[in-house]
Amino acid sequence: MAKNVRIPTPLRKLTNNEELIEVSASTIGDVITELQSRYPGIKERLLDESGAVRRFVNVYVNEEDIRFLQNQQTKLKDGDEISIIPAIAGG
Amino acid sequence: MKALKCRECGREYPLTANHVCEFDFGPLEVVYDYDRIRKSFNRQAILARPQTMWRYRELLPVAHEPTVGFQVGFTPLVKADRLAKALGIRELWIKNDTVNYPTLSFKDRVVSVALSRAKELGFTTVACASTGNLANSVAANAAAAGMKAYVFIPSDLEQGKILNSLIYGANVIGIKGHYDEVNRLCAEIAGKYGWAFVNVNMRPYYAEGSKSMGFEIVEQLGWRIPKHTVVCMASGSLLTKIHKSYQEFIKLGLAGETDYHIHGAQATGCSPISTAQKAGLDFFKPVKPNTIAKSLAIGTPADGFYALKVLKETGGSADDVTDDEIREAIKLLAEHEGIFAETAGGVTVGVARKLIADGKISAKDSAVLCVTGNGLKTLDAVNGHCGHPREIKPSLREFEALLAAEDHSLLNA
Repeated sequence: MAKNVRIPTPLRKLTNNEELIEVSASTIGDVITELQSRYPGIKERLLDESGAVRRFVNVYVNEEDIRFLQNQQTKLKDGDEISIIPAIAGG
Repeated sequence: MKALKCRECGREYPLTANHVCEFDFGPLEVVYDYDRIRKSFNRQAILARPQTMWRYRELLPVAHEPTVGFQVGFTPLVKADRLAKALGIRELWIKNDTVNYPTLSFKDRVVSVALSRAKELGFTTVACASTGNLANSVAANAAAAGMKAYVFIPSDLEQGKILNSLIYGANVIGIKGHYDEVNRLCAEIAGKYGWAFVNVNMRPYYAEGSKSMGFEIVEQLGWRIPKHTVVCMASGSLLTKIHKSYQEFIKLGLAGETDYHIHGAQATGCSPISTAQKAGLDFFKPVKPNTIAKSLAIGTPADGFYALKVLKETGGSADDVTDDEIREAIKLLAEHEGIFAETAGGVTVGVARKLIADGKISAKDSAVLCVTGNGLKTLDAVNGHCGHPREIKPSLREFEALLAAEDHSLLNA
């Protein structure tokens, strides 16, 4: 049950410069937990003290913002691509 | 410039092409040495310089003299008496960036800073994610500076905005999606190639360019901060930088401390920030844009949190207008002041009209409306909504018949 997570430049120091990471978790929340177990420290970069996704972090599943899906409860299926992207200015 | 600093946690970073805090993804902002700037930067020094945005160079993030866009800025601040009467306010001014140099929008301000800084950092290729105006400005200024340009835009943009990027020889990439999707792709591309992405890795420098609009307003009003400023919001960056410009002028003693309000304008079809403000929230909910104001169609506004904070801190308000109200406001501005604004300008004027009618901007006060782009670029938006020319043969009889049918008072004048 492989899904790929695309790691943004600012986090690659934690992933030994790996850009694409294969995970097996079945929700976004579980993906973050899985990443944390493999790359300690990554969770606090993505989530704030209350456990919510930090306000300047955008997470996408196959190009859709998880805020339009079920946030951290968003379910994943095989082959899904997850992107973690910092908010950027306009336009 | 001293450093880049995270707006969320305060961690400092060196002055490189970097826009995001490694720790919490917070945006980085340029830190200045105001004590040093204060020593030589005063009204006299400013007045002795050419009338461009670079007369405020100490407060713009370049290390040396600018190398791109020396002629940008210092657009007219127009006293809009006829529009003031139509909107029912005592005094009204239009900051007219429809005639900014060279690409007729306020984006030339941010691009001249971003490209000057990009050259200082050794980049030869520049890029951007854009709703149109930024693409035009990057394309033009890169051409003039001899840099290679890649601009990424939603593929359904107005024809005028697409041509206005192609003509300069830029690589124009149309993305089948809305701006937020272009943005997401560009965030991924930016990490991969060694390019200066003006609104991604160059964003801390780029965004500061917007302050020049506020500096000019204050100087042109006789070193006075206006009681009300109405600014359109896409990412919300311009609004926060106008606020910062007023704060910096107060800090440096260039303008007196005064009570001022900054108001935000959005299109109803993409109004995450104004909706949050009206609901009294300090966070926004992302939306999927659907509006003719394509230059403002950002559903996930990167500076939305900070824009809401500025609205709150300055006691400003926010509102939004429908597509029909935007077109009406474009006509209102054109017919009363002879200024043809793009859809974003219609949003600003339309919202100002609402805020004055609602008493959120007092009829007894004075207001400045920031009109950020030129209507010649968004002709599609008004085409078919402002009548058609009446066609006649080159015959005096036909002309007089036409006049007689339309307006008897003109006959035998």
